[in-house]
Amino acid sequence: MSRIDNTFAQLREQNKSALITFVTAGDPGLDVTVPLMHALVEAGADILELGIPFSDPMADGPVIQQASERALSAGVGTADVMELVRTFREHNKTTPIVLMGYLNPIEIIGYEQFAAAAGDAGADGIIVVDLPPEEGVDLNPELRKYGIDRVFLLAPTSTPQRVSLICEQAHGFIYYVALRGVTGASNLDLAEVESRIEDIKIQSNLPVGVGFGIDGPAAAAVVARFADAVIVGSALVRIIADNQGDARTLIDKAAAFVSELSRAVKQAREGTV
Amino acid sequence: MKSVQPIQNYQLPDASGHFGRYGGIFVAETLMHALDELNQTYQRFIKDPDFLQRFDWDLQHYVGRPSPLYFAKRLTQHCGGARIFLKREDLNHTGAHKINNTVGQALLAQYLKKPRIIAETGAGQHGVASATVAARLGLECVVYMGSEDIRRQSSNVYRMKLLGAEVVPVESGSRTLKDALNEALRDWVTNVDNTFYIIGTVAGPHPYPVMVRDFQAVIGRETKQQIMEQTGALPDAIVACVGGGSNAMGIFYPFLEDEGVQLHGVEAAGEGLDSGRHAAPLCAGKVGVLHGQRTYLMEDENGQIVETHSISAGLDYPGVGPEHAWLKDQGRAQYCAITDQEALDAFHLLTRLEGIIPALESSHAVAYAKYLAQSMTAEQSIVVNLSGRGDKDIHTVAALEGIEV
Repeated sequence: MSRIDNTFAQLREQNKSALITFVTAGDPGLDVTVPLMHALVEAGADILELGIPFSDPMADGPVIQQASERALSAGVGTADVMELVRTFREHNKTTPIVLMGYLNPIEIIGYEQFAAAAGDAGADGIIVVDLPPEEGVDLNPELRKYGIDRVFLLAPTSTPQRVSLICEQAHGFIYYVALRGVTGASNLDLAEVESRIEDIKIQSNLPVGVGFGIDGPAAAAVVARFADAVIVGSALVRIIADNQGDARTLIDKAAAFVSELSRAVKQAREGTV
Repeated sequence: MKSVQPIQNYQLPDASGHFGRYGGIFVAETLMHALDELNQTYQRFIKDPDFLQRFDWDLQHYVGRPSPLYFAKRLTQHCGGARIFLKREDLNHTGAHKINNTVGQALLAQYLKKPRIIAETGAGQHGVASATVAARLGLECVVYMGSEDIRRQSSNVYRMKLLGAEVVPVESGSRTLKDALNEALRDWVTNVDNTFYIIGTVAGPHPYPVMVRDFQAVIGRETKQQIMEQTGALPDAIVACVGGGSNAMGIFYPFLEDEGVQLHGVEAAGEGLDSGRHAAPLCAGKVGVLHGQRTYLMEDENGQIVETHSISAGLDYPGVGPEHAWLKDQGRAQYCAITDQEALDAFHLLTRLEGIIPALESSHAVAYAKYLAQSMTAEQSIVVNLSGRGDKDIHTVAALEGIEV
């Protein structure tokens, strides 16, 4: 059983939702990321999402764009991201890592080489934001070969046909984009999200996580009641941006925020059947 | 130079928007449905007689088509060699070829009942062309423009504002066309229900490359008829500048199956291809994925898009339309690059010899045509797509020469 499957299976037994946190690899510098990842896990993150920096992140809002820019100006390349994963794995064999990025940095390495490097480093899944299922047929088998789950995004605008197409190709879990917009936007309609999750669940047995626009413990608690995972990115990256001058404070504040999120997510279903 | 490869029965792109390995749809899931809807609408209307009639009417009465094909006698004499003709897209309403496409896409926006249009712009010509059609149809219009380009093209910014558009400065990345495109895509993801995104070039996810090409192909169709009337033969060569590549695709497309006609696309060599400061992905780039398409890109060894440079904002783009990538690989079109200095020289040359001030973008094509003409005989002919007029560039040129206007 993969780390991702394991994590969701354990949480399902406890009737709890998973907390997935996003940070960009190498933001604000390479030396911060691994200690930060360990701190996030200790504070209650169940799965770590790690952004591969890209110069043109079209689906991201300003907060994550700037995280990418900081990492790129620190000279972070894709090989560095793999090295961070490998270093993290030396002291953590259980927490799943899902890479998130855009196709071009993957394509330049080559699909097989990329999949091999990610698998070898100890990554568990990948979200390729700008690679829809129609264009991904060459990448998917390479990822399977190295045990990397291809995690897909579904959106409020996905038609029923697209939902089934994506459910057929998805592995690990499904990432439901809660709003029409970029990461970090604020026009979240939770009632609509809940009914869409129910529709997706009819077509797939995979866990469904919800992200984009979840800005703190209150929203996280609501989403955790019905979603298998709550994904928080921009709100966490904003803390990194605000404290980029001081690694210790950055890690402490990020961990404190994730503790609050974790409490909200884990207590969300208490008192419900 | 590779020999011209004939193409017969040309039917690309395929149903999923591919030109061989190029093109396709590489966007976030949120946009997939909107692109599908746009494609279906486009495929329906491009065969609809009423739509085509309306489009033609607009091109004739609003844009001012057909644009003349002008024999540049003094330029020809100066170069010594092939006869040089100029396809005068600079005489269109708003001063460039961009309006052909925005008229077409605005009609589609109306059919799709989208009250709001957005656009990205580099030199500002596409922004002006979008703001123009929005004003005419009473649509809300938001134009994304890199803050660096806003500085370079202030008169076009003011034109857009006069036309009622909101011009949003883009401060991310290199603050040029590519970043404006990113920002427009982000807007579209957020407002996809009520917004039509008018892309200005033959790039982006399917169906944009084919749609923009088809709307611009009027340039090539007119050219074919006009050159036959004036010389009794097809031209020996066609020359057009290539940023994203819409004016070039528009004039190339109707000639793809005419194997006697050489097609030359001219990229921006900036300070020289060896300097690294250029915008010539076809001449000096690699294949990758950006802005929804697979094509040639300017990128580093990590697949990060690198900053480009050109004296002309309209060519300052790190990618290129996927059909050009395919034509390059097939050998059907040849691509070369012209430096800032060569383009500037051509700008002055055409201005003084013919009384036509060309856009700096189009000046790249004029510069290459000069070399090409010299290698050809007086019986042969070249058509240069003069894609835009240079009024917007006089501040740039003056500043380079230390003159305050």
